[in-house]
Amino acid sequence: MTELLQQLLNGLSLGAIYALIALGYTMVYGVLRFINFAHSDVFMVGAYLGFYLAPRVGSGTILGGMLVLSGAMAGCAVLGVLIEKLAYRPLRNRSTLTVLITAIGVSLLLQNLGQKIFGANPKPFPAIFPVTQLHFGGLTVSSNQIIVLLVTLVLLGTLHWVVNHTRMGTAMRALSFNATAASLVGINNDRVISFTFALGSALAGAGGILYAMNYPSIDPLMGTLPGLKAFVAAVLGGIGNLPGAALGGMLIGLVETMVSGTRASTFRDAIAFAILILILLFRPAGLLGRLRVEKV
Amino acid sequence: MLELRDLTVRYGAITALHGVSLRVAAGSIVTLIGGNGAGKTTTLRTVSGMVKPASGQVLFEGEEIGGIPTHRLVARGLAHCPEGRMVFANLTVRENLQMGAYLQRDKGVIRREEEYVFALFPRLKEREAQPAGTLSGGEQQMLAIGRALMSQPRFLLLDEPSLGIAPLLVKLIFEKIVELNRQRNLTILLVEQNANLALEVSNHGYVLETGRIQLSGEAAGLRADPRVRDAYLGG
Amino acid sequence: MLPRSQIWLLAVLGAAAVMSAVSGRLNPYWLDVAMGVGINIILAVSLNLINGFTGQFSLGHAGFMAVGAYTSAMVTTVLGSRLGLSPVLLRWGLFPVSLVAGGLLAGLAGLAVGAPSLRLKGDYLAIVTLGFGEIIKVILQNLNAVGGARGLSGIPSYTNLFWTFTVAAVTVYVVWGLLNSTYGRGFLAVADDEVAAEAMGLNTTRYKINAFVVGSFFAGAAGGLYAHLKGYISPTGFDFNKSIEIVVMVILGGMGRHLGVIVAAILLTVVQEPLRKLGDWRMILYALLLIGLMLTRPQGLFVWPLKRRNA
Repeated sequence: MTELLQQLLNGLSLGAIYALIALGYTMVYGVLRFINFAHSDVFMVGAYLGFYLAPRVGSGTILGGMLVLSGAMAGCAVLGVLIEKLAYRPLRNRSTLTVLITAIGVSLLLQNLGQKIFGANPKPFPAIFPVTQLHFGGLTVSSNQIIVLLVTLVLLGTLHWVVNHTRMGTAMRALSFNATAASLVGINNDRVISFTFALGSALAGAGGILYAMNYPSIDPLMGTLPGLKAFVAAVLGGIGNLPGAALGGMLIGLVETMVSGTRASTFRDAIAFAILILILLFRPAGLLGRLRVEKV
Repeated sequence: MLELRDLTVRYGAITALHGVSLRVAAGSIVTLIGGNGAGKTTTLRTVSGMVKPASGQVLFEGEEIGGIPTHRLVARGLAHCPEGRMVFANLTVRENLQMGAYLQRDKGVIRREEEYVFALFPRLKEREAQPAGTLSGGEQQMLAIGRALMSQPRFLLLDEPSLGIAPLLVKLIFEKIVELNRQRNLTILLVEQNANLALEVSNHGYVLETGRIQLSGEAAGLRADPRVRDAYLGG
Repeated sequence: MLPRSQIWLLAVLGAAAVMSAVSGRLNPYWLDVAMGVGINIILAVSLNLINGFTGQFSLGHAGFMAVGAYTSAMVTTVLGSRLGLSPVLLRWGLFPVSLVAGGLLAGLAGLAVGAPSLRLKGDYLAIVTLGFGEIIKVILQNLNAVGGARGLSGIPSYTNLFWTFTVAAVTVYVVWGLLNSTYGRGFLAVADDEVAAEAMGLNTTRYKINAFVVGSFFAGAAGGLYAHLKGYISPTGFDFNKSIEIVVMVILGGMGRHLGVIVAAILLTVVQEPLRKLGDWRMILYALLLIGLMLTRPQGLFVWPLKRRNA
């Protein structure tokens, strides 16, 4: 029983991180209808921002940790907006394939520039929050896991409020439904798209920090696998659907942790793709999504 | 208030408008009638900046507005209620109206305009918290007009308001169009399949055929014109 | 009288045979480059079939190549030692069989991946194939029978100019034929009337899957050639970067443009060695090339005025 609870807890804290990344995929897909391949590398940059910020703000305390976290989020937001402005905006109204290839190019560029700038070797990630282990009966809970869950909850709550109760958030939803109508009511679509990238990239940045805290080494290619799994999470929940992405992330995290505990553990990285193929076969709209006719 | 001068619009190799010129005087309702594919919707889309003209001018209140992005024209008092209504189906009725007032920062003004729209179309008030996608076609048209009004426009482009709507509601909507024109001094450029109804409420009319203005004149005169009667008014 | 494309096919086969006969006198470095060119032509042309034909995007071509490479290497190493065939029979009999086996298994993998994802529009294929590449890597790393993460060595070097360019010629011939028949007629049908277009809507999925399976088959065959050229293969040799190399060839040549893609494959293979000296900068260069081409010349670098089709 404790074993199961322990796995559940580990799964949730991993799933929370996938959820944060998945939200960025799903939001960008919502407004631009394409998969932002570079998103997983923004996640990686987030971790590196944390790595370089930590010694400068004197982390290891709650306040220091929060500062590192917000700094990485802000940095990633700026990066996301820049990527959109420089690489994707000039391609507005071009074929999805063109944008997709560009996104792959941006992803490659970030990974390889990362190897040049940060070095290709893994780096140990500092403890930016105070670390302790708590024991509840047979259950071991690290303070990092609690922080992951708390931060994720706060971020999800904030996102929910922004999307549903602010003018910009409503504009995001309006734009994702009909871009023409959005510009007809005076919405500057480019600005809303920038905002969407900022929001999604900030969440990816937070995800990068939280991920690095629990898997304490980082490298320039670290984004690929969590990024792919988070994408699967977004599809699982129904791409374009925000609560779906959060739910999908949690589910993928749980399944992966459960599989890790079995003999098939060496295949845990392959599980997400098996899930992806199953969804595509049986429920392509995802758990919470409704299939919409694609604009060709 | 609005003047098109020798407007030519092309989609790739296809020319949709061949030198269209027309005028809409302030305070009037002007109707553009014509068959399918005549270029009516293209004309409206060009005015609201969604389509860039190949040549010619779009003058709004004496100023050239061709090339200004759509979202900026809203701030100048020009609203476009598009063909097919295009309400935000995933947003509630109220959120749709709030998006209509996207550029308005003053909450008091937004509330006042919302009251006005709800008074104009009480049906919308009843459906306030419903997603717009659950409304009937007629209700969606009311919402689309209401949303356009929220930006407090002085000029409204109205595309096919009667399309796919029950006859009773069509009558109501046209009454409201006249009311808006009289009470709010809203200038309207109307595109309509139902030429009879449209000319009835209009001051002036233009007949568009395959991208060219074929006829124009007082609405009453056009209704009496045998050519218009034969082609558009069902004999 | 044979159709022109078949004359071409025979001409290339003849040339490959002649070249192969005199290959002993060629500079080994250039011989190596020439075979690399052939393999990359197979990879690029087969990927072009998928990307130019389906309007979708595969990022797992290296994964299919890996399936073919491992299958064919297992056939020649395991079967080769048990059958007790003469060296001539091994090279001219078992080796082509192993290439076909590698191709078939890769094609089967293509079917498993393509069938669910090609039913949907959008970018699903890209991500599914990317995931597929990762899965293949994970599986190979965990399969001790094929050497696991250490890789597979001692593969006999059966690959020569003849086999390389025979497979390349067959690839070009088949892809050419596919694009110019079904696709061309399909287009006309859509233009003809809407009912036919609807019927086409059903068929397009099938055509897409066909194209994807055929493309994967040739990627597998190329993998077999690659394995018997290098003598050693490992899971990491077929990673995402390898897929991207092939993608760059297709993009550079222009998606759906046969000749352009072949030229790009030749060009990039020949400059590969000099580019390798750039180290990490090589991938940065590729990345910038991709972005730059999409922003300025999405139709590819080489466009000839005589092209009839711009798929």
